[in-house]
Amino acid sequence: MKLPYKYFEAIEKRAWLLGVLTAIFVSFGGLAEIVPLFAAANAVKAPEGVKPYSAIRLAGFETYVKSGCYTCHSQMIRHLSFETQRYGLVSTADESVYDRPMQWGSKRTGPDLARIGGKYSDEWQRAHLMDPRSVVPESNMPKYDWLSHKPINVKNLQGSMRAMQTLGTPYSDEEIAAAAAAVAGKTQMDALIAYLQGLGIDNKVQGAEPAHEADKL
Amino acid sequence: MQTQETYNDGVIRLFLLAAIVWALIGMTVGVYIAAELYWPNMHMGFPELTFGRLRPSHTFGVIFAFGGSALIGTSFYVAQRTCHTRLAFGGLAKFVFWGWQLCCVLAMITVPFGITQSKEYAEPEWWIDILIAIVWVSYGIVFFGTIARRRIKHIYVACWYYGAFIIAVGLMHIVNNLAIPVSLTRSIPIYSGVVDAMVQWWYGHNAVAFILTAGFLGMMYYFVPRQAQQPLWSYRFSIVNFWALISVYMWAGAHHLMYTALPDWVQSVGMAFSIILIMPSWGSAANGLMTFNGVWERVKTDPAAKFMVISLVFYGASTMEGSIMADKTVNSLSHYTDWTVAHVHSGSLGWVAMITIGSLYAMAPRILGMGEMYSKKAMEIHFWLHLLGTLIYVIAMWFAGIKAGLMWRALNPDGTLMYSFLDSLIAIKSMYVIRTVGGLFILTGMAIMAWNMLLTAQKGKGSIEAIAVPVEPIAAH
Repeated sequence: MKLPYKYFEAIEKRAWLLGVLTAIFVSFGGLAEIVPLFAAANAVKAPEGVKPYSAIRLAGFETYVKSGCYTCHSQMIRHLSFETQRYGLVSTADESVYDRPMQWGSKRTGPDLARIGGKYSDEWQRAHLMDPRSVVPESNMPKYDWLSHKPINVKNLQGSMRAMQTLGTPYSDEEIAAAAAAVAGKTQMDALIAYLQGLGIDNKVQGAEPAHEADKL
Repeated sequence: MQTQETYNDGVIRLFLLAAIVWALIGMTVGVYIAAELYWPNMHMGFPELTFGRLRPSHTFGVIFAFGGSALIGTSFYVAQRTCHTRLAFGGLAKFVFWGWQLCCVLAMITVPFGITQSKEYAEPEWWIDILIAIVWVSYGIVFFGTIARRRIKHIYVACWYYGAFIIAVGLMHIVNNLAIPVSLTRSIPIYSGVVDAMVQWWYGHNAVAFILTAGFLGMMYYFVPRQAQQPLWSYRFSIVNFWALISVYMWAGAHHLMYTALPDWVQSVGMAFSIILIMPSWGSAANGLMTFNGVWERVKTDPAAKFMVISLVFYGASTMEGSIMADKTVNSLSHYTDWTVAHVHSGSLGWVAMITIGSLYAMAPRILGMGEMYSKKAMEIHFWLHLLGTLIYVIAMWFAGIKAGLMWRALNPDGTLMYSFLDSLIAIKSMYVIRTVGGLFILTGMAIMAWNMLLTAQKGKGSIEAIAVPVEPIAAH
């Protein structure tokens, strides 16, 4: 079977047709995969037990995002038994429903942090952030000691909460107003530690079970 | 009497200069952050110099600043030559140049200071994104405006790829970056969680597809036949590959999210299309390579042709590797490890950088008023430094990735984990030094290229003449 070349020629001699067809051809894949996800995500929103970040933890989330932690740490425990054994229960879609942007990550130069909350004490986390090699001599993580004297940007924090409220995150106006007091006197170090200590605890779906039998270890 | 129409090469010379400067900057940052993974105190207390803050400047610098400048510059060159017409909207073309440079400078400076949305490969904040969108639309107007005033009725395949690159990147940039601005330093993306993951990797993967593949294939389809001095091996084959490539690539983004909380059906669709993708990828690689049929001896004598041939070999190899890594079973080993880093760099250093270097070596003398580059020997040295550096880099990262991946999954006979995470880091740490050495080889090669270009430009300075557009009677359409 041979397609007559003249049909292709018709496209290749008309710039507008070539452009329009290109735009259509590149749109199929994205539409087919993303549109159904939008529908699905709207259906399963706000599972029980997963609350939006408190003000201090949201400030910590911002520090995490702005420091580029995702370049070395993932927050996604995959459906693989050796992953659940190392890091805990499989991560579910519901758990990151309030993360804008999501922090699933793509590279582990350091370990996964999806369920790091409560694994170490606040003091350990602080010492580790001040100088990772003071507690893990072989670590190649940079020091984040400057966070201990960096104030929290309250204007950005309340602005973020308002923007998230617009997008459907259930923050009340009172919560947004109280955010300034909630983080008063706190440093970005305090906020980041609060954020880390809540990971996998505050966003854990109540009664979550591993999806695969094999993952129940 | 009408004055003779000439090609607008002035703006292309600017893009050539920008591409070389950005290559040096982007790769220097790359070498620096590579070293930081072994010497973590190298940031000397400056938050702006930590790995997490600088890595986006490296990726933005090499992909958008170096790659982008080279792509926009060569697309203007190729569009004029294949359409037999002067670039449309000369003033707007200048704006595209300065606008793009401004975007690159702003992006590279703001992100290290924490003014970032931390979306991979789309880090700059909302106001820079708006600027990028404006420049990109202007670029589209200049490019398609040039196509519209062509004297050759038939649009050449290189221009389809450049065109697809412009359309798709514009589309993805806008969809991926939709956000509510909070302040100049902060914005909240409209997507969250799993939807954000899908959108970000639809964008991330297709940035690879339409910048690092389609754009550079445009370059390849013009400069390879030009350098081989014979027509493309099969024009019809390029048609099939074009439509297959642009429609299949968009489906494959989900392979970045295997075994995650993304719904299973999306993962499977992503995997299936990633495997199909090998066909148009190899089709283009084969088409380019076969174009050298009968003139293979050129590869021995012409360093630019050497870069092009090896770039196509790398293109074939790394797209094959990509399809293999998109298989769920392989992905469970490779994901989150340095194997991914190896794959990206075999594609970007082997394919993207080499086709760009080859094309720039082919284009530069023609727009700088010279018959050939100042030093052929320097090109030869550059080729070997680049190839060696790439191999050192990629092999070190393959080793590190597979080693770490195997250690993460190793179990004792009683079913408990054999190694801690730290064990795997200690085991691969020395590879980070070797990778840095590979990067230094590549950077040295680029410095030699910059020197060679500078001397070529200096020597040709007096003899730059506007090149006349051939205006045949068959012209008008």
